[in-house]
Amino acid sequence: MTEVFQAGLPFGLFPGGGLKIRFDKLGIVIAIIAASGLVFSTFAVLKPNRILQGQAKTILEALPAWAGYGLLILLIAAIAAALFRTSPWIKLIAAAASLTALALAIGYAAGFLTPAGNTYARVSPASGFWILIFAFALLAADALTRLQPPPWMRVLFLCITAIGIAALLFSGSWNGLSIMKEYAGRADVFWTEAGKHVTLALGSLFAAALVGLPLGILCHRVSSLRAGVLNTLNLVQTIPSIALFGILIGPLAWVALNVPGAAALGIRGIGMAPAFVALFLYSLLPIVANTVVGLAGVPREANDAARGIGMTDRQRLFQVEFPLALPVILTAIRIVLVQNIGMATIAALIGGGGFGVFVFQGIGQTAMDLVLLGAVPTVALAFAAAVVLDALIEMNSRVPNGVSAA
Amino acid sequence: MKAWLPTILRGLLFVVLVAFLLSPTTFEPVLKPLVDTNAPAIYNQGSLLDLTLQHLSTVFIATLVAIVVAILLAILVTRPFGAEFLPLSRSLVNIGQTFPPVAVLALAVPAVGFGEKPTLIALFLYGLLPIFENTLTALTNLPRSVMEAARGSGMTNFQRLMKVELPLSLPIIVAGIRLSVTIGLATATIGSTVAARTLGEVIIAGLQSNNLAFILQGGLIVGALAVLIYDGLSAVEKMLTRRLGIA
Repeated sequence: MTEVFQAGLPFGLFPGGGLKIRFDKLGIVIAIIAASGLVFSTFAVLKPNRILQGQAKTILEALPAWAGYGLLILLIAAIAAALFRTSPWIKLIAAAASLTALALAIGYAAGFLTPAGNTYARVSPASGFWILIFAFALLAADALTRLQPPPWMRVLFLCITAIGIAALLFSGSWNGLSIMKEYAGRADVFWTEAGKHVTLALGSLFAAALVGLPLGILCHRVSSLRAGVLNTLNLVQTIPSIALFGILIGPLAWVALNVPGAAALGIRGIGMAPAFVALFLYSLLPIVANTVVGLAGVPREANDAARGIGMTDRQRLFQVEFPLALPVILTAIRIVLVQNIGMATIAALIGGGGFGVFVFQGIGQTAMDLVLLGAVPTVALAFAAAVVLDALIEMNSRVPNGVSAA
Repeated sequence: MKAWLPTILRGLLFVVLVAFLLSPTTFEPVLKPLVDTNAPAIYNQGSLLDLTLQHLSTVFIATLVAIVVAILLAILVTRPFGAEFLPLSRSLVNIGQTFPPVAVLALAVPAVGFGEKPTLIALFLYGLLPIFENTLTALTNLPRSVMEAARGSGMTNFQRLMKVELPLSLPIIVAGIRLSVTIGLATATIGSTVAARTLGEVIIAGLQSNNLAFILQGGLIVGALAVLIYDGLSAVEKMLTRRLGIA
């Protein structure tokens, strides 16, 4: 978990081929997946209400003829683009066009399938839709991997995607979908829980960085502390998250009762406090461990030079050691943030709120669209956090090279 | 000077764990102060030993499948035939790790129903990633001189893979397996939210009836299992490294 994460993919894999048209091996796999989504699976499900099983519809049944055939032609063209060895840009555009068309089509299908005036009927994406999304997301991922875009461009792509999704949400073209009907029924709660989720994930990360960085520096300087601290934190990681959340209820309830002012700060046995503390404890190990690894990796020459020019210990720490260790420390921050966003869903089990509320309510009611309402934003948040931090890590790991070259 | 201390402590942990599982009621006085006077202190809705064995077998099956699939995939993308898949497979591993376990569990339910199956799927997926990543790292960072020597001695590709590449990679692969088992043991507890029979059942029963003793015993059993298995696999890894004579 504390291993150094690598984002760059420095592989030149495509020796200049001849004039012959050549198939792309990965394209063949993508084409098979996409074709199975088109031929053997259904596109949307029409359910009489939010819990009952529904009728599955193929693309041509779920959309009016013009839209159905239009979508089919577009998807087949995109599959062809995947199949042959062409420029990654063409593949990326084909993938983006297909994903956008699928997103628009599923919203359109919802309006088309729902009988007029029926407020109970629900339309959800079916397996074929998800298979197609997976296939073209794979194509997009492959194209992006081959393009090796610089960090800023990756963040730009993320922003474009986010704006696209936001536009779809605001335009109301998805409003007929079951997941959006679940949202419409609890819009206020959704944003409260979203706030709690982000507070839990970011707040605990912030607290862990505040404690973990000095602790890591201390462990680096005082070698007798190192093994003890790291082993203890390792032990904390082995306690399953549900249990740690639960175990903390006891002590925090005691604190709330016996420490004056604690209850006023919102510290309670159940709720956000134990979740926050648990996430904080889980976050410590990667931060402390990577700080130690990062500082240990600072070249001896850099330290000697700094000492030679008369830097004090503190100057050396902030101007030499810390900047050089930054990429490794940022890697820990990435691991912790992604992990916290995922784990914050479990906080719902102890009344801590967050997107997990919808996931567990949905499981309880066997209403899968409610589960999606909790799961989709969680995955999106974690994914966005990973992309942004990967970009940051890559930008920062170039600084030392630039300095040494100057 | 105290090199034997950790071993003794682990031995003790193992003995206590086995004793607790075989005869939980002996430990009742220890846990009694944590609960209200009339609440049960020891999980009473099923045998702890059964749940533990069920928990372990779920993790074991999922990890076993993950080991086979992950190693085969890593071998495939490091051969010339699969080289085209290598960059993408790395990106996919990164993307895969951003999916929260709860989401995977919950989303597997509509496809396969409640119970053991969604848990097995989630554990398999999470188990896959660390093993694949480590195998890939090991296979792509083999010492060049050794590879040259193997090629020079006239070994076929298959012989090289079986006699040189995989044995040299084994310690790092075992480290990946260790990581994935540890994650799996903890993730399996979440499986109880979709009705899988694991030790998570004990913890969730504790959360629902506000019984700290239940939460503690469920959590500590899983924690103890994780520590013991983690240490066991670390020992295997050290032994393999020593046998290979590499640092």
